[in-house]
Amino acid sequence: MTTLLDPTSEQSPTSRERLARPDRLQGLTVGLLDISKPRGDVFLDRIDELLSGRGIVVKRYMKPTVSRPAPLPLAQQIGTEVNVMIEGLAD
Amino acid sequence: MQASGQSLPSDGLIVVVKRDCPTCVLTEPVLAELAGLGALTVYTQDDPTFPESVGAIDDTGLDMSHRLGIEVVPTVIRRQDGKEIDRTYGWDRSEWERITGFQGIGADLPAFRPGCGAKNVEPGIVEQLKIRFGETGLTSRHIQIGEGEDAFEAMFERGWSDGLPVVPPTQERVLRMLAGTIRDPQELLGLCPPNLAPLTVEKVAINAVMAGCKPEYLPVVLAAVEAVLDPAFTMHGVLATTMFVGPVLVVNGPVRRQIGMNAKGNALGQGNRANATIGRAVQLIVRNVGGGRPQEVDRATLGNPGKYTYCFAEDEEGSSWLPLSVERGVAPGVSAVTVFAGFGLQGVVDQKSRDPESLSRSMAESLKAIHNVKLAPACDAMLVVCPEHERTFRAAGWSRQRLLEQLYRLCEVPGADLIAGAKGIAEGRPASDSTKTFNKFRPDGLLIVRAGGGAGMFSGIIGGWSSGGAAGSLPVTKEVKA
Repeated sequence: MTTLLDPTSEQSPTSRERLARPDRLQGLTVGLLDISKPRGDVFLDRIDELLSGRGIVVKRYMKPTVSRPAPLPLAQQIGTEVNVMIEGLAD
Repeated sequence: MQASGQSLPSDGLIVVVKRDCPTCVLTEPVLAELAGLGALTVYTQDDPTFPESVGAIDDTGLDMSHRLGIEVVPTVIRRQDGKEIDRTYGWDRSEWERITGFQGIGADLPAFRPGCGAKNVEPGIVEQLKIRFGETGLTSRHIQIGEGEDAFEAMFERGWSDGLPVVPPTQERVLRMLAGTIRDPQELLGLCPPNLAPLTVEKVAINAVMAGCKPEYLPVVLAAVEAVLDPAFTMHGVLATTMFVGPVLVVNGPVRRQIGMNAKGNALGQGNRANATIGRAVQLIVRNVGGGRPQEVDRATLGNPGKYTYCFAEDEEGSSWLPLSVERGVAPGVSAVTVFAGFGLQGVVDQKSRDPESLSRSMAESLKAIHNVKLAPACDAMLVVCPEHERTFRAAGWSRQRLLEQLYRLCEVPGADLIAGAKGIAEGRPASDSTKTFNKFRPDGLLIVRAGGGAGMFSGIIGGWSSGGAAGSLPVTKEVKA
């Protein structure tokens, strides 16, 4: 029998239940997060137009840089201000 | 009688010996004298029949020697009321007289002879004793590999490997690795991207074993890890990007020679254990502790072979330039590791330039091609200048700084050459930029290192990440500590 020491972080990923999908967006606030990738704004501007045109409240956010995760204050701000979030992830 | 399972005598004299030690053999008549005079317990580490004239207790299992913390034989210990009150090492008549309380012992012997190293502290044995007595101080989960199972295959199956075989991280090997540093195995170095998992010295040591490092490399691996975990380096982004990059390590200072790193011929290639395994250890740590795996969080389109390992030393001895670490603020004579988010190697072949103006132009033209000739600013870069090229700058009195300044000047590119459609290439800047000028590199985005063999006018460019700079990845330098 050989005993080896575990080289990993020994953390099994904690599985989290997904939030239930809302039936409708009316009455909810939708956040749009621009991750600072070139032309992400073009895509998100169009989504903004489509949602706002349906009377849905839209709030816009932007990460300072695509290279790093969102700063904690921004993540917390988004978490408290919106019900649904759309992220323009990568290109 | 076996020492294992026995209690220590609560009073009297204890002497620990081994036959393999000439000083122990020398003191045998003294032991016989002492045995005749009163309470004496002799433990023998190697040969239960030694010393013949005294009934010794067999401590070939070394349990008692370990419990007593013996480092040298012979060791003489006096105990009283269950506690040790005095000890001495080797043969020193006056010391033995003081501890035993008997004058004139060993009158025929020389006054002094040094002892020998004890068996219980021999490499390989001390680790086994720590494991047996549960004194490893290691907290990582134990994974049992069955008798019929191949440990190497088992490690592949668990996803611990970069694709090449890894050395099984047994407790003995990890303890020996940790002997390479004075740092506590449980010291937290930071949170390892991408999963931001706590990274301890122990986890670094385990992965360093797997990478094939020797214990004396561990301080360099630790410095490299500290550099990689520095938020300025942005390891998460370097890993997650679709671009080619990974950590490239450059080692400076005396440690390069102490651990036998290669800064000369084939410095960026295969064949040197320290170069190869230090870079590999960093990659394994990001993989195993951080959870960064290809086609998972590592989104690289192509990657590059340097993501197995990319580590080399600067050739300071042959250079007319200050070491990279010194240019970056580390004191001369102090060892350091610089980490750069880089990839691959693009050759700069110039066998005709004999003056610094021509050679720097040659290098600048090659530098301007990184990523795409149509892109500026493009990325950071590390220029590895070979000795025969450095000689040209040396002869003209050009410092590293002078060369850097010249390369920046030469890497200014007219916007007209960069706009979309120029040179028949759609990639490029908006037409409105055609009258402007752009530098290929951000300020401080170029690093110069000297390395390589004595023959060949072949320098090299290590390309960088398009997200170089404060918003992305900055090169980070950390001192190597014990």
